[in-house]
Amino acid sequence: MTLDTTDRQIIEALQSGLPLVAEPYAEVAASLNLSEDVLTTRLAAMKASGVIRRIAAAPNHYKLGMTANGMTVWDVEDDKIAELGALIGALPFVTHCYERPRALPDWRYNLFAMVHGSSREEVEEKRARIKDILGDALHASDVLVSTRILKKTGLRLRKRG
Amino acid sequence: MSDLSQIDRDLINTLQDDLSLDSRPFATVADKLGISEDDVLERTKWLKENGYLTRFGPFFDAAAMGGAFCLCAMAVPEDKFEDVLTKVNAHAEVAHNYERAHRLNMWFVLATETPDGITATADAIERETGITVHCFPKLQEFYIGFRVAA
Repeated sequence: MTLDTTDRQIIEALQSGLPLVAEPYAEVAASLNLSEDVLTTRLAAMKASGVIRRIAAAPNHYKLGMTANGMTVWDVEDDKIAELGALIGALPFVTHCYERPRALPDWRYNLFAMVHGSSREEVEEKRARIKDILGDALHASDVLVSTRILKKTGLRLRKRG
Repeated sequence: MSDLSQIDRDLINTLQDDLSLDSRPFATVADKLGISEDDVLERTKWLKENGYLTRFGPFFDAAAMGGAFCLCAMAVPEDKFEDVLTKVNAHAEVAHNYERAHRLNMWFVLATETPDGITATADAIERETGITVHCFPKLQEFYIGFRVAA
């Protein structure tokens, strides 16, 4: 989808979130000198094209007790990865799940799944559940625990024009 | 966690679903939970102010907006770690960077305006550090949701 200036203004206005008021779209529309109808029509188009995945809450994992996480990585048979990846991505404790290229000989894993839990033990239990699902299609696996955040900046859309 | 009421937990779970584009979308959430629209708004503000929710709003897919992203990893020798870290983090294209317990011990995400920018930045980091930058672009996303059961 090609975003025009108005779309970019809408994205910019919503990057910090939607106002928590009874009529949030009317409030945002007024701040941009648009009608509510124009705003929601454009938001619907952005949803349809995938620019907006959904309008929802981002929970704080840590505050909800999910203090442990691990990047689990799996060497899965290529011809089974589409089917199995969908099963792993659907697990409630898996947040990001992707097929990525191997980098042989240094890196043999082609499936990445971020696992969250309330303790290291829980992350290990959940890892064991993934292992069961992958079954015979699995050749090797590992888990990479983060030991330090080295940089964290928000991914922000750059202003253009 | 223990201080959250059942209704707040139900609210957190419901708010992770896609909000409608109706004029009064929180009224729909309220109907689902059997509480008033005002109650939904007040509780959601409280959850946000107290850090249970980091954000409420649209989740944008930056790649669909024309940007490019790539997960990258390097095997950095321990004695060079801080020096390499300074060189890597100096690139504005490096969005997140984590140290992980593995031979590949530095994992970062490159975010650039165009796909060519990924290769250019990875090449520049290799030149500056003398260490191979492995790029792991996503080939397929198994995306269901980023849900946390509260």
